Amino acid sequence: MTGSRAAVADGLIVTWRNLKRVPRIPELAIFAVLQSIMFVLLFAFVFGGAIPLPGGGSYREYLMPGIYAQTIGFASITTAIGMADDMHKGLIDRFRSLPMARSAVLSGRTVADVIYNTGILGVLMASGLVVGWRVHTSVGEFLLAVALLVLFAYVMAWIGVLVGLLVPSVEVAQQLGFLIVFPATFLSNAFVPTETLPSVLQPIAEWNPFSALTSATRDLFGNPNPFGTAAFPSEHALLLSLLWTFGLLAVFAPFAVARYRAIDR
Amino acid sequence: MAVIEAEGLVKVYRSRKSEVRALDGVDLEVEEGTVLGLLGPNGAGKTTTVRILATLLRPDAGAARIAGLDVVRKAQSVRRIIGLSGQYAAVDENLTARENLWMFGRLYQLPSTESRRRADELLERFDLVEAADRVAKTYSGGMRRRLDLAGALIGRPRLLFLDEPTTGLDPRSRLGMWDVIRDQVRAGTTLLLTTQYLEEADELADLIAVVDHGRIIARGTADELKSQVGGERIEVIVREQGRLASAATLLAPDGSATVDQHTRRITISAGGGAQQLVDVVGRLGEEDIAIDDIGLRRPTLDDVFLSLTGHAAEAVEVEADA
Repeated sequence: MTGSRAAVADGLIVTWRNLKRVPRIPELAIFAVLQSIMFVLLFAFVFGGAIPLPGGGSYREYLMPGIYAQTIGFASITTAIGMADDMHKGLIDRFRSLPMARSAVLSGRTVADVIYNTGILGVLMASGLVVGWRVHTSVGEFLLAVALLVLFAYVMAWIGVLVGLLVPSVEVAQQLGFLIVFPATFLSNAFVPTETLPSVLQPIAEWNPFSALTSATRDLFGNPNPFGTAAFPSEHALLLSLLWTFGLLAVFAPFAVARYRAIDR
Repeated sequence: MAVIEAEGLVKVYRSRKSEVRALDGVDLEVEEGTVLGLLGPNGAGKTTTVRILATLLRPDAGAARIAGLDVVRKAQSVRRIIGLSGQYAAVDENLTARENLWMFGRLYQLPSTESRRRADELLERFDLVEAADRVAKTYSGGMRRRLDLAGALIGRPRLLFLDEPTTGLDPRSRLGMWDVIRDQVRAGTTLLLTTQYLEEADELADLIAVVDHGRIIARGTADELKSQVGGERIEVIVREQGRLASAATLLAPDGSATVDQHTRRITISAGGGAQQLVDVVGRLGEEDIAIDDIGLRRPTLDDVFLSLTGHAAEAVEVEADA
C-alpha cells in the first residue's frame, strides 16, 4: 500500500474507533447537548430579558449562533480529554508500536470529533427552532454558515489534541479546558452585545475568534447582529472568521503534530 | 542469529529540578527463539529498555538493532516484526475484544478478512470467546491482560516484548498467563520479558539479566546466578526470641549465622546437606531450644538479587544488629 493510501485507511480505522465511543457512552453526547440547552434556557429565559439588543430584534435569534460557537469551543475540551485518556492508558503506545501511518492517530481523532460535533450541532439547531430561532436567508447561506461552524470545530479539535498531548492527566485536561474556553467564549459577542462591556474589554471581545464566528453566522442565518464600534470586525465578520479559522489551524495543527512526533524523546 | 542487539543504551530523563539516568549503558543480545528475562525492582530501567527496543523512545546514546534493523532509523520496519504488551493493558475500553483485535490487525496492515480470522483464532486461544462481543471495560484484570497480549500477537511477530505481564494479577490469572506465554515461546517466538518477580523469570526465561539503577549487574541462566550466591542453606525459626543468640552460636560457632530478630529466623550455610540438617535438629534438641520450623532450602533468585544489589540484605543486617 502506498504511503498516502495507508494514511487514509489507517486514519479511517482510528476515526471508526473514536466514533464507536459515542453510542457506547451515550452520557457524553447527552451531557454535551444538555449543557448547551442549559445555557440556552439560562440566557433565553433568565438573563435575556435584561439584555436589550441595540437596534432591536429577537434575543433568542441573537443568542443561538452564540450558543453554537460556544458549544464548538467546549467540544475542544472533549477532544483534549479523549487524547489525554489515550495517552495515559497506554493506547497511544500501542498505536506507536504498530506499523501504521503516523498521522492516523491525530487525523482519526480530529475527523471523528468533527463528525461527532456536527451531530451535536444538528441537535442544538433543532432545539433552537423550538425556542424561536429561525433562518431568514437562503439554503446556500445556511449551508455556508454550517460549513463555517464545522470548519471551526475542526480547528478546535486540533487545539484540543495539543492540550491533550501536553497535560499530565485527564483531570488537568478538563480543568485547563474550562479555564481557557469559559473566558474565551464569554468575552465575546456570543451572549451580550460588545458595547455593553467595559471599554478595556471591548476590543478583545470584538476581535475574539468566537465573536467573528458568531457574527459571521448571525449574518448568514439572517439573525440580529448589533456589533460594537470597531469597523473591521463588524464589517468583515465572515472574512475575519475565515482568517481566524485558517490562521489558528496553521498554527495549532503543526504544533500538535510536532508534539506528537516528539513523544519518543 | 541475534534478534536483539543493543550497545551502550543511555536514557536520561530531565526535569527542571532533577536529572534521572534511567539507563546508564545497557548492552543486550538475545538469540532467535530464546527468552530473556529482565529482572529488577521498580525504577531499575526495565521499562525504559523495552520502550527503546520497541521504537517508542529514542536513546540519548548507544544503539539498538532488531533483526539487524536500527530502532531509530528503521523504526517502521522494526514495528512490522515486533509485538508489545505493556504494563498497562493498552486496549480500547469502549470496543469489544473482537473489535480491538480487528483494529490492531488492520493497523498492523493485515487485510480485513485476515484480521477477522486472526482475531477469531486469538479469542479462541486466549479463552475470550464468550466475552468477545462485550466492551473491554467490563473485563477483569486477567481478561484485559490476555486481550492485550492477544493484541500484541495479532501480526504473528517474530519478537515479542512483554513488560511486566503479570503485575497486579491474582495467582490463578498469573499461572494462566504463564501457560499462554510458554505456548507462544514453544511456537518459536523470541521473547523479552521484564519482571519484578524472580519466580517468573525463573519459570519463563532461558537467560536472565539483572537490572539495577539503569545497568545490567549480572547475567546468566537461573542456575548460574544461583550458584553465584553459594549452595544450600538451613533455616531455623526459633520459638523464643530470648534463645536466638544461643541458638545462633550453637549452630555456627564462627558467628557466620544470619539472624533476623523480627522473624526469629536463623540462616546458616549447609555444605553438609541433609545430614547436617539432622545434626542441627539433634543439637537444638539437646539444648532444649524449641523450634517452630526448620528446613533445607536452595538459594532462590531472591537471594541472588539481594546478594547482587545489597538492598534488602543490608536491611536484614541492620535488624540483626539492633
